[in-house]
Amino acid sequence: MSVLTLPAQPAQATAPAPVPWQRMLWVTWRQHRAMLIGLTSVLAAVAVFLLIAGLDVHHAYTALTACRPVNSNACAALNTHFNDAYWPMGNTVDIFMNLTPVLIGMFTGPAVLARELETGTFRYAWTQGIGRVRWTIAKLTLLAVVITILAWAFSQLFDWFFDPIMDFEAMSIVASKGVFDTRGIDFAAWTLVAFAIGACLGMLIRRIIPAMAATLGVYLGLDLLSWLVLREDYPVAIDTTDANLFNGPSTPSSPWVLRTWTVGHTNWWRYIPASRFWPMQFIESGWLLVLAIALIAATVWLVRRRAA
Amino acid sequence: MNVIETRELGKSYGKTWALRDCTVAVPEGRLAALVGPNGAGKSTLMNLAVGLSLPTTGTVTVLGMSATAPAVLHDIAFLAQDAPVYKNLSVADMLHLTKNLNWKFDYAQAKARLADLGIPLKKKTGKLSGGQQTQVALTLALARRPRLLVLDEPLAALDPLARQDFMATVMTAMADDGVSVLFSSHALADLERVADFVIVLGNGELRIAGDTDELLAEHRLLTGPAAEADRLAGLLEPVQVKRAEAQAHLLVRTGGPTGQKPVPPGWEAHPVGLEELVLAYLRPTNIKSSSAGSRTELTDVTR
Repeated sequence: MSVLTLPAQPAQATAPAPVPWQRMLWVTWRQHRAMLIGLTSVLAAVAVFLLIAGLDVHHAYTALTACRPVNSNACAALNTHFNDAYWPMGNTVDIFMNLTPVLIGMFTGPAVLARELETGTFRYAWTQGIGRVRWTIAKLTLLAVVITILAWAFSQLFDWFFDPIMDFEAMSIVASKGVFDTRGIDFAAWTLVAFAIGACLGMLIRRIIPAMAATLGVYLGLDLLSWLVLREDYPVAIDTTDANLFNGPSTPSSPWVLRTWTVGHTNWWRYIPASRFWPMQFIESGWLLVLAIALIAATVWLVRRRAA
Repeated sequence: MNVIETRELGKSYGKTWALRDCTVAVPEGRLAALVGPNGAGKSTLMNLAVGLSLPTTGTVTVLGMSATAPAVLHDIAFLAQDAPVYKNLSVADMLHLTKNLNWKFDYAQAKARLADLGIPLKKKTGKLSGGQQTQVALTLALARRPRLLVLDEPLAALDPLARQDFMATVMTAMADDGVSVLFSSHALADLERVADFVIVLGNGELRIAGDTDELLAEHRLLTGPAAEADRLAGLLEPVQVKRAEAQAHLLVRTGGPTGQKPVPPGWEAHPVGLEELVLAYLRPTNIKSSSAGSRTELTDVTR
């Protein structure tokens, strides 16, 4: 006689059964392990590069900053060498780093649902006892968490790699997009939102390649919107008449001057000091997180009401 | 109890109605054949029954619950057309996957059946033959211990031998576990001997549905002189009229709701086969469907 491997837990009409996370963990891993292993491998390969190059950069920068007297020819030579050898490389890596969230999102998000729809396997997946709503919630949540953690870890390594270059070029941690977007928790938040955009568009468009292209477009639009419009309006700016704040040499801790105006004979500045870096990070990551959750909820809703 | 009950069920895609005004009830314990040509609305009806799509009009109740209730999937197993399985997964992985996606799953039964079928667990399902893929999908579906098994054109990709195996498995499940089955096919021959309930769809509309035995008992093929065909047709409201040179064949519903009709003098009555009956309803000579009612109405043929 055959034996049921698990006791039947009938879904009560009144209390819906919870999402069986442990089972869905296996399902998600089995079905998306190729993607996850691929993503981890690529990030790991880049990480090895960042580690090797980073040691080199740190070594050169330590030598440069330790060089005395500062105005000597020897120090000038070190300065030129650092500028020629590491700044272009660092800058290129930084540009790629700014695009990494959307690349991760494009290659992970759309396939989750669009592949099921393209191959017809959704007819299998969505008629199993667990139900398609739980299936979608579990898959998207688990993948989102893993991808966000990977992105966060990767960005920490990049930050370490980029510190000397940021210092050398005196890029402000609040004003420079290339720095702010890749530091703290912002990079992870952007990666999460890119994944959510991809997943939602995959369900909406139902085909992987067009959904990938649409993900890129939507992401870049959102990125520009936040950079050019929203970020200046985060409630962290300060108004001042103290000109001394902006007189010193540029450093990563330089403030971000948003605008200046004159009232009578007094000059006013509106600026974001570097000390507001973390509030800004939390504000931006906060709305990105809310947006990502909303997109995932919208995706679940689309799956639920989908007309086959 | 009825395993499936639809009431004025309709589904439209834009302006096209894939299924319209379908009211039908399938009793428990039957092998119900859903027949009709390609594009008749069979898959639409099945997708509605398993909750994959939502009705545009009307309702569909499965096992006493709304087809969209999440709990209903607990007791329904669906085998979609072309047996979709993940082609990159091994048979063993499909087994684990299905086990993890269901609250109840008879792992031992599934494994034993696959062993009986000689299907290697380590092989990728994409590398199996079409017949084996269908068998894997059926095994997984039955291991869920469903009360209702919904099969959408499962035989299409199978050779005759595999068809026989498939049917044998389905019949065994019905006999052993009391599973009810809704089975669609565009080739009635597959189901003629086993279906005890028939639903005929044509062009998105329900043409006729009922117990096979009752339907066969109610219908007769009348053969007689062609000259009298029109007069008789006006009287008997035949489903289908066929004329040869001197003879006419009228497929008539002699019994049923309208009462038993006597065979007119000079005419011979023959029993009809299921295939003949279904084809008559699919290709009626004198049929007009009413857009208001769910039932097809037969019109007078006196012209």
